[in-house]
Amino acid sequence: MSDPVEHGPADKQLTPYARSLGITVHGEESGAPVLTFEFGGGVEGRPGHLHGGATSGLLETAAYAVLRSELARLGRKHRLKPINITVQFLSAGKQRPTYAKGRITKLGRRNANIAVEAWQDDRDRPIATAILNVLMGPEDR
Amino acid sequence: MAEQTNRFDPSRAAPMLLSHGHAGWLGLEYCRHGDDWVELKLPWREDLLGEEDHEVLASGPIISLMDMASGLCIWTKMGGFNAIATLDLRVDYQRPARERAAVIGHAECYRLTRSAAFVRGFAHDGDPDDPVAHIAGVFMSIAGDPRNV
Repeated sequence: MSDPVEHGPADKQLTPYARSLGITVHGEESGAPVLTFEFGGGVEGRPGHLHGGATSGLLETAAYAVLRSELARLGRKHRLKPINITVQFLSAGKQRPTYAKGRITKLGRRNANIAVEAWQDDRDRPIATAILNVLMGPEDR
Repeated sequence: MAEQTNRFDPSRAAPMLLSHGHAGWLGLEYCRHGDDWVELKLPWREDLLGEEDHEVLASGPIISLMDMASGLCIWTKMGGFNAIATLDLRVDYQRPARERAAVIGHAECYRLTRSAAFVRGFAHDGDPDDPVAHIAGVFMSIAGDPRNV
């Protein structure tokens, strides 16, 4: 089990999966939420290193966070469905906090394309990047 | 022969490999394997939901399931446990998993070179002919010499 994490009000918008993995909202940069998790047993792969699946979970959550935030700003409500994700693993994640932030590269009426980066000490040297395509269902209500 | 008994056997290695860390946290279980493929199970869990009001598994755990099944099928095909790193992994989601359903991940290493391992696979929630997702991944063996690709 992952270590218990203190969740603030900004974390309420995260999915049960994201909260369970220990993801929290670290801050915001030009409208894009910066998410983070601490290193711990629940995200460890090979001893002393991050599991690629956990890193992918953080990337994916950061991508949905920036999309939800932009849709809310535009007053749009959609049910979001994943189409696909491609993750590039660039270097091994070490025993320290990991951050991730997404950027919307295309926002259409029915689909969005989002690029995400995850980093640890040096954000100019990401440990992993991802591209996601997301389907946006008909506007709710 | 000694080589035969020392070969990597995912049914024997999985309980140890899946008992700790992220795989242990997800509760991944070994199902079955062949010469170049492995199947793992991701049991249903309440706290892995992708939406608050919807009893559907998040997509993140499926990436973890397939990454882990990929590693195991590569070691199975190699016949030994060598250090490998995921280079990239692509997941195409065909549909959400059914509510409260466990998900099975099937990964096959279809090509192994000295430096790289190519994997394809799919995830399903009961019927392999109606998959939840397809995946494709490339892994690098860390000790390998890239000049010998």
